[in-house]
Amino acid sequence: MNAVFLLTAMVLSIAVLLAWPLGGYMAQIFSGSPSWAFRILAPVENGFYRLAGVDPRTGMSWKRYALLWLLFNMIGGVFLFLLLLLQKDLPLNPQHFSDVPAPSAFNTAASFISNTDWQDYSGESTMSYLSQMLGMAVQSFLSAASGIALAVAMIRGFSRAEKEDIGNVWVDLTRSTLYLLIPLSLLWALFLVEQGAIQNFAAYVHAHLIQPFGENGKAVTEQIIAMGPVASQEAIKLLGTNGGGFFGANSAHPFENPTALTDFFQMVAIFLIPFALAVYFGHEVKDRRQGWAVLAAMILLFTPLALLSEKADLAGNLQLAALHVDQAHKPALAGGGNMEGVEDRFGAAGSALFGAMATATSTGAANSAYDSFMPLSGMVNLFLMQLGEVTPGGVGTGLASMLAFAVIAVFLGGLMIGRTPEFLGKKIESYEIKMASFAILIMPLLVLIGTAVAVSTPGGREAVLNPGPHGFSEIFYALTSAANNNGSALGGLDANTTFYNIITGLCILLNRYLAYLPLLAMAGSLARKKRISAGAGTLQTASPLFIGLLIGVVLLVGALNFIPALALGPVAEQLAPPPPSAPILAH
Amino acid sequence: MTKHHIHQATFSWRQLGREALKESVYKLDPRKQIRNPVMFVVYIGAILVLAIGLDDLLRAHWSMAGFALAIDFWLWLTVFFANFSEALAEGQGKAQAASLRQARREVTAKRLREARRGAPWEEVAGATLRPGDLVVVEAGDAIPADGEAILGVASVDESAITGESAPVIRESGGDRSAVTGGTRILSDWLVVKITSAPGETFLDRMIRMVESAARRKTPNEIALAVLLVLLTIVFLVVTVTMYPFSWYSVHYAQHTGQVISTTVLVALLVCLIPTTIGALLPAIGIAGIMRLLQANVVAKSGRAIEAAGDADILFLDKTGTITYGNRQAAAFYPVPGVMEEDLADAARLSSLSDETPEGKSIVVLAEKRFPEHREALSGNARWVPFTAETRMSGVDEKGTSWRKGAPDAIKAWVKEKGGDWPETVGGDLEHIAGSGATPLVVALDGCVLGVVELKDIVKSGIKKRFGELRKMGIRTVMVTGDNPLTAAAIAAEAGVDDFLAEAKPEAKLARIRDYHDEGHMVAMTGDGTNDAPALAQADVAVCMASGTQAAREAANMVDLDSDPTKLLEIVRIGKQLLMTRGSLTTFSIANDVAKYFAIIPAAFVSTYPQLQALNIMQLSSPEHAILAAVIFNALVIPFLIPLALKGVKYRAVAAQALLRRNLFIYGLGGIIAPFIGIKLIDLILAWL
Repeated sequence: MNAVFLLTAMVLSIAVLLAWPLGGYMAQIFSGSPSWAFRILAPVENGFYRLAGVDPRTGMSWKRYALLWLLFNMIGGVFLFLLLLLQKDLPLNPQHFSDVPAPSAFNTAASFISNTDWQDYSGESTMSYLSQMLGMAVQSFLSAASGIALAVAMIRGFSRAEKEDIGNVWVDLTRSTLYLLIPLSLLWALFLVEQGAIQNFAAYVHAHLIQPFGENGKAVTEQIIAMGPVASQEAIKLLGTNGGGFFGANSAHPFENPTALTDFFQMVAIFLIPFALAVYFGHEVKDRRQGWAVLAAMILLFTPLALLSEKADLAGNLQLAALHVDQAHKPALAGGGNMEGVEDRFGAAGSALFGAMATATSTGAANSAYDSFMPLSGMVNLFLMQLGEVTPGGVGTGLASMLAFAVIAVFLGGLMIGRTPEFLGKKIESYEIKMASFAILIMPLLVLIGTAVAVSTPGGREAVLNPGPHGFSEIFYALTSAANNNGSALGGLDANTTFYNIITGLCILLNRYLAYLPLLAMAGSLARKKRISAGAGTLQTASPLFIGLLIGVVLLVGALNFIPALALGPVAEQLAPPPPSAPILAH
Repeated sequence: MTKHHIHQATFSWRQLGREALKESVYKLDPRKQIRNPVMFVVYIGAILVLAIGLDDLLRAHWSMAGFALAIDFWLWLTVFFANFSEALAEGQGKAQAASLRQARREVTAKRLREARRGAPWEEVAGATLRPGDLVVVEAGDAIPADGEAILGVASVDESAITGESAPVIRESGGDRSAVTGGTRILSDWLVVKITSAPGETFLDRMIRMVESAARRKTPNEIALAVLLVLLTIVFLVVTVTMYPFSWYSVHYAQHTGQVISTTVLVALLVCLIPTTIGALLPAIGIAGIMRLLQANVVAKSGRAIEAAGDADILFLDKTGTITYGNRQAAAFYPVPGVMEEDLADAARLSSLSDETPEGKSIVVLAEKRFPEHREALSGNARWVPFTAETRMSGVDEKGTSWRKGAPDAIKAWVKEKGGDWPETVGGDLEHIAGSGATPLVVALDGCVLGVVELKDIVKSGIKKRFGELRKMGIRTVMVTGDNPLTAAAIAAEAGVDDFLAEAKPEAKLARIRDYHDEGHMVAMTGDGTNDAPALAQADVAVCMASGTQAAREAANMVDLDSDPTKLLEIVRIGKQLLMTRGSLTTFSIANDVAKYFAIIPAAFVSTYPQLQALNIMQLSSPEHAILAAVIFNALVIPFLIPLALKGVKYRAVAAQALLRRNLFIYGLGGIIAPFIGIKLIDLILAWL
């Protein structure tokens, strides 16, 4: 367990250490204050504006900002949908993959423009290199930039006073991509390639097996090894909390995640930008402690849950123990524990931590099979999503949702000290409460109603491959993942059916494009307000006490809604009586 | 002087309780219930479970019917308790309004043709008077409507409005000219110019305010209501979707057990939605206004009370609030070459007609020091009163002018008369002002005679009170007409944070604007017409009941006691109101944790026996567990009614300490209390 603490602490502290300067850098680029980056990239940036006929200096009201943001995403979605529908006759398709069927193309397009990256397909057997690069990879950048723009605009609501505009959406999107995502991804991709990830346009390689074997009466003599431009997509997959892997095996695939070192830094990369956004928030509102307070709340929510998941998986599987399988903690067993579905390069605890991080952000990547997690570890994954993706959540969206929770916490806290609540000098009134509540409460409605529809219809039930509470968990997980724009899957569910393509696609779109617009509206309303000065009678929102209150609100307002469903899924599964011990088999 | 609070004199709790019981039944009307969305959900649930229970009875499913009807009984009680709390608070308001209405008798007015005492008049009904009408009111008459005395002086009994039985003087001109409809003239007469339209008098508005306390929602109340409604919608979805989840688990996942019943779903829903705060919210708001009324303050809107909790700058008049208001002359400081006797003489003469406590104290001091000098002013002496503009007063007699006043005012006056300003006065002024006293310079025509030292006495205990305010983040600003030096000394002695010296109305207004620009919320009291602009600008503006009509119009609260320290009380009540709402909301939401632990195992144990492990309270049976949760949920409402009406305990501490305390009691307490309560109820149910 010491190694578990050490691993978790190392990942978190390195992410924080890197996020610290990155947050300051973001403050420079989004406020346009002098930065070395402008000296290098400003000509490129301005070139884009001239090309598009955009005046970067004009601010936008929240309505305009939101409308253009929506339109931008919609056009991206239609483009991706068409690209997939017509993939067969487009170039860079050495494996001659056929067109993607419409339901799957819809689902994939919805999924990638919204930073969800729920994948009902396996990349290596469905998608051409063109679809992967021009479709998935491009949308991975743009959806991440869209998320960051949301947070940037929302933070401006707090940092501005008596202003009508909340910034320019084109500038925010361009700068997120050009100054932040592309340089970081470049560095990352180079590191991955150095470690052994691949980057090519070659046709798949047929390798002859040294030890051929027979299956179903046929001799298997060769293995097809998928190729492709992997590293470039892998970098943004993690940095942009996308999670859409090049291969079906995602980060468990050695070409995506070749070494233990890349695995470690993949985890760091997942948390890097969400953490940095919290730091940036502190910079932008001129109260750095506020940024750290939000970050602290995120980490304090995440860490115990991640450790619980790691501990549960490391404790091993009772069902396997009953069969006398060795689950001891020794180097040969990569740390021991519940090794089913786990890459032995990463071990059970390392996989559980990766799972927790991928679900605590909207990444949804995987370096192991989540379906094989212990029920408790699987529940941690579910729960981290159900908190509303705020620990620290997806790039931009996580911070935006956390600030919505903070508004609710400020409201309760403010009333409790007898003041009209105020947050960073802005009065929180019924409009803000309405918008924050919408933003927070749309997701539970989607998850619960979506799951209810799925369990009530044959289409939803037939895709389930497992009996008992685990089957329920699989449906519940699929809808939770979609409605939180996470994209991870528990597996064990045949998700590439028309029913699931449509219901998850709808949940994805409804959450992404309904839950965050109220936050832009709130930003618009906040930016118009006067700033109130703080005093000893003001609720201190950067104090440990407030961090505690914020955590309480996230748990009570956000997570309480899922307790009944969790009881019928992972809780019932975890508490199930252990099987009787089997007799030891003679060899 | 006897003082009674009208409010307390007019009702007994027992009678209120009886009335409220009756009213709670009337409130079961769905049209009334729908006004409170959270409780309306309970109401619909109760009807639904009643139907289920009756259906079970008809089918002779005795045990199911018994369970459903038992749950239903407690659901109706939940609704009833909510109605009761609201009715109880409303009852207080009604009693108050009734007592006010007694004052609004139908009166006849003597309408004058012109503004002259002896002018011909006609008798008209008081209710027909329009603004601008002139009436004469004589001893024994009731004043027919709000207005302004334009002629005469009279003593008026205002106890109907203020509860203060000592008569007050109302006179034309100045700051005591406003008269209120419904009050009665005891002696002399007044000619009054009516200022209010029919049905718009101060009394009418007070009655309306008190009666409509329940209906008008304040901004924070609206925000809270939004949150509660949205939470209710989500919990509705949480419970409704539990049915398909349970159905799937029974028929597809596990193939055992029973699907969760509608009765249990309704029970869970009612337990989860924030019924505690939903039930008590109307009562809390009304109770806040009532607490203010008990302090003899009428707020023109609930918004004003909330703003009072937000005020972080208090403008306090030095006189009456910080000091006792009767500055006493303490010593004479003649300039070289002038006898103290001559100075005292001049000071006395200039003060003989001065009715202010300061003026009187100068006369007293002069006569004490030099008892032989007691000559009176001749008949043709002309009294020059003090004004905020000239800041001096005195007497003109036979071409000679005596003046006493603020040093710079006298200096200007002396200069204007061609006289000199002796250098030695400066030393005396500094000495006096430096010690916190007020110097008054006395001059005879163009010649300065010396200085009178007026000592201010700071109220005992006021420094401690300001210290508490500071801890709460409220800064105090002392407003005084004194010079900066004097003001600084008193400010230091009283412990205020800032002061506004030589304050003229424009300076006050400008200072309030400055504070607004810095993002502060300002509360102030005032009574004079010249206070009206500042009152209109302040966020919380308290006007004395004795104030002028203009001041009353500009203010958003009226203090019936005309007590300048009332502002501190008002801030306390405002904060308490918000704190009560916030604390009970937190309590209500925190309660859900325990209710889940009671109901979830009970609801699903037939499908998954292992969920019994979640029954950490060891409740005796699934039926008891659900019933216990519902009973707890219902009983907690009457249990908290006294808290809702009285307000949570308020302490003058910093925000951080206050939050820690309230989070501990209502947050943590809200999580723990239901575990204990539900367990106890279960023990009783098991014993029965």
